[in-house]
Amino acid sequence: MKALAGGYARARDVAHAVDLLAKADGMGRVLAGGQSLIAAMNMRLSTGDMLVDISRIDALRGVTVDGESLRIGALTRHADIGADPLVARHAPLLAQAVQHIAHAAIRNRGTIGGSLAHADPAAEFPACVLALGGTIHLQGPEGARTVAAEDFFIDIFETAIAEGEILTAITLPLAEAGEQHLLIETARRSGDYALAGLCLVKRAAGYRLSAFSVGPRPVLAVAAMERLDAGDVAGAVAALRAEIDPPGDTQASAAYRRHLAGVLLTRALHDLTGETA
Amino acid sequence: MTISFGNPDRPNSYIGKTVPRPNAPRLVQGRGKYVDDIVLPRMAHVVFVRSPHAHAQIGAIDTAEASGVKGVLRIFTGAEIAAVCTPWVAVLAHLKGLKSPPQHAVAVDRTCWVGEPVAAVVATSRAAAEEAAALVEVDYTPLPAVTDMMTALDADTPVLHPEMGDNLAFRRLHEEGDVEAAFARAHKVVEAHFKTARHTGVTLEPRSILVDWNPAEGQMTAWHATQAPHMMQTVFAKHLDLPEGRVRVICDDVGGSYGIKVHVYPDEVATAAIAKIMARPVKFVADRLESFTTDIHARDHEIGARLAVDADGKILAFDIDDWTAIGAYSVYPRTSAIEGNQVVNLCGGPYDFANYRAQTSVVFQNKTPTCQYRAVGHPIAVAVTEGLVDMAAAAIGMDPVEIRRRNLYADDAYPVTSPAKMRFEGLSHHASLNKLLELMNYDALRAEQAALREKGIHRGIGIASFIELTNPSPFMYGIGGARISAQDGCTVRMDPDGSIVALSGVTEQGQGTEAMLAQIVAEGVGVPPARVRVITGDTQVTPYGGGTWASRGAGIGGEAALQSALALKASILEVAGAMLQSPADALDIRDGQVVDSATGEARMPLEELGRIVYFRGDTLPKGLPRELVQTRHFITSDYPFAFTNGVQASYLEVDTGTGEVKLLKHWCVEDCGRIINPQLVDEQIRGGIVQGLGGALYEEIHYDADGQLLNGSMADYLVPMAAEMPDMIVGHVETPTMESALGAKGAGEAGTAGAPAAVMNAINDALRPMGAQVTAMPFTPERILRAMGQIED
Repeated sequence: MKALAGGYARARDVAHAVDLLAKADGMGRVLAGGQSLIAAMNMRLSTGDMLVDISRIDALRGVTVDGESLRIGALTRHADIGADPLVARHAPLLAQAVQHIAHAAIRNRGTIGGSLAHADPAAEFPACVLALGGTIHLQGPEGARTVAAEDFFIDIFETAIAEGEILTAITLPLAEAGEQHLLIETARRSGDYALAGLCLVKRAAGYRLSAFSVGPRPVLAVAAMERLDAGDVAGAVAALRAEIDPPGDTQASAAYRRHLAGVLLTRALHDLTGETA
Repeated sequence: MTISFGNPDRPNSYIGKTVPRPNAPRLVQGRGKYVDDIVLPRMAHVVFVRSPHAHAQIGAIDTAEASGVKGVLRIFTGAEIAAVCTPWVAVLAHLKGLKSPPQHAVAVDRTCWVGEPVAAVVATSRAAAEEAAALVEVDYTPLPAVTDMMTALDADTPVLHPEMGDNLAFRRLHEEGDVEAAFARAHKVVEAHFKTARHTGVTLEPRSILVDWNPAEGQMTAWHATQAPHMMQTVFAKHLDLPEGRVRVICDDVGGSYGIKVHVYPDEVATAAIAKIMARPVKFVADRLESFTTDIHARDHEIGARLAVDADGKILAFDIDDWTAIGAYSVYPRTSAIEGNQVVNLCGGPYDFANYRAQTSVVFQNKTPTCQYRAVGHPIAVAVTEGLVDMAAAAIGMDPVEIRRRNLYADDAYPVTSPAKMRFEGLSHHASLNKLLELMNYDALRAEQAALREKGIHRGIGIASFIELTNPSPFMYGIGGARISAQDGCTVRMDPDGSIVALSGVTEQGQGTEAMLAQIVAEGVGVPPARVRVITGDTQVTPYGGGTWASRGAGIGGEAALQSALALKASILEVAGAMLQSPADALDIRDGQVVDSATGEARMPLEELGRIVYFRGDTLPKGLPRELVQTRHFITSDYPFAFTNGVQASYLEVDTGTGEVKLLKHWCVEDCGRIINPQLVDEQIRGGIVQGLGGALYEEIHYDADGQLLNGSMADYLVPMAAEMPDMIVGHVETPTMESALGAKGAGEAGTAGAPAAVMNAINDALRPMGAQVTAMPFTPERILRAMGQIED
């Protein structure tokens, strides 16, 4: 199929992009790496979009340490995150995630901001940011604001980004000494979206656990975290299975995904700490 | 003239060697010419409005808004196409009882599957045509859809085509010996219900056609991504009311076929009809979603099967009840009854046993039509046969290798006729099995498996023997009345510079046909392969032939090439003899030179002979034949098919927590007779194995109960990818067919035939200690965990 775009404009800077979106009369779509949007357009699942291309805005690209947090520009590509020494040191979960995201061609084009804004419930980065307790930075006609990751993901492909806003960056707390990160997932084939996946973070203050591809949005598994902190692995597995609401589709049923999430948690704990259920 | 294939040091010994593919540099440099690369003056694009319903009455079609889209040239309904294009009925006389209603290029009055064309929009660009197609309003009245195979014949299931009487398209029962008595006296009977999923071929290049009609010449030219240009020539001529000689089908580069591109597709015939009506070139290239909804599907079978063995593991009887659903129409002109018929022909194929009963029931349903796809019926028959054999081995506590040794036809048993009435000229089951066991180091692998099992690692070893039908005679289609050529031809000529041009009726789909033909012609004439230029895929230029199907290119097309090359060599040597005052039989051609055959001494380059023949013919004796063009055709006649054989093995690990299967290694030893190009054969085997592994682990077209396709994209229909593929070890045994001088049989489908069965047996070998077994493909993680009782709903 051939895409049917409503128009295209390349933004010079964030202010220009916000201005272009405001003029798009509700049809504005931000084009960054294009790895989900262009595919959707090429299947005519999305037509008439007024594309606002932010891909040349250099200020939105790159990784820096900003005081007590790691700041990743929205246009930072998956491949760059996977190779970035600051990410490897301060948020190794993201580097692990990159190994699971699609294929090299997609990782070379796709951006972390695009992944978060698209909010595919099976995507890795949203679950990572949730597990790490990150913050999403937005800019719109009313100025800049931040949203905690826990409040950002609302439903399938739906986030707290308001009409006319652009996701500009994420910030993450710097990993403390001895902090451990693990991303584990099962996919039908290398590079496919996971049937289910988990992000497990072990901090001095306790565990953080998020699950992806097990519901309409990434889930922070609060009940399971509590059981993990109590040292109750079997309880954590049961709690995780209870607090997710996985979909069934042509790849796997909800029951399989629920079962799998528990298996993955057992394995993740074993890999991270040597503990067994 | 014969070739001493046993002597690897013979002159011009290109047959049996890996030589470079002449078309490879062109393709890797992006200089190929696919249909979509061709742009003609005044060319228009057609896009089809496709049914969103599995079954619906078509009412009014409102094209007013669509016609207003900029660039739209014309919009056609089914009735308008039917005015110039007759419908077809896909039956074959030798498949007794096969029925199917007339099918139109564009649906008239009623649509029978999601994706069937119901209108055609022609515009100056594909984008404009798509935009307009979305605006065509069709008034559908949905009708009840038949979607479930096993209830299609039930009394309360609606009859899809009322004029056909019922939903049964075809049924065949074959019985040999006394099956009931054999089961009654059996030591053990094993029984299972198998399922093979609905697949499609997923060619890299989608179906593509560009048709031009020149009214001044009364000539139609179709550039078509097809496997059978001559067959399509007949089809276009017949249904568009043109003389066959006024239809030219050109088939340049084709990006993969796998059987998908050997059928008649409604949208492609409609494209030709539209070109004729509009008297201008019209292009149709399917997009990926169209490919999933309209390329033929295949392999959608359910099989109840049982096997009886005696206490020594000897097979007493097979009893097979095969069901398949083929969509709403039998596919033209090969029909959709062949796959089920093949299951009946091929079950139990490698084994020497006496009592056989097999029935196939082929039913209509409201889904995409199914038809022949790589290894037609083989993966199903091999999975059922080999699955049962492994179950029987387990039931009597025998090693899977041992039970095969006791039942495979002995290597000196040939010629022999199987209980399914298949005639085998010469096979090598035991030699192939022995070679396989050696390659895989079977005993060591079993020891490793046992040691790892102690550690909770569950690995499995699966073996699958198989036969493969190749080199078909007219018994496959021709005797049923289809104008599908089983013979093939080749014309070989020498040009003045001594270069050789070979024109062949078999076609290049990317599998290396042209390389194979080049080296045969090179050896036959006596020139380096680089001096042979091969031309295929043009009905106006090449000898009449069947094209690519049923693994026939090397065995049939190759023999025609060899015979025409040898004939040209004889013609050249006759001229050379006159020029050199030497008896022709004292001369030979080696490396492009006429030489003394006894000493190898160079006597004259072919360029010199060419110069004399073409420019100074006056110096040759009057009346000396100087026909440096020779054509030969070849058809098999001693056997209906040249069967090949082989055996595959899979070694894999099952993750009993997640249900995932990791393929560790795969082996195949096969016997395709004379090997012409070892690398091409090995890559055919490997590619075929990959396609078989896809069926075993990944590929499955899903429909809902209303007949809606659920996974029409590459993200949702999983094809096998490199990262999951195991190392493959390929070995060969060579038992040439005596039907031809070349001795080649087919190799294109062996990998696909045996791989799913080997994987199934390996998974079940791994699961057996846990009391679990899987028989429904693909073996997804979920199906494996469910078999293990791990999933709570």
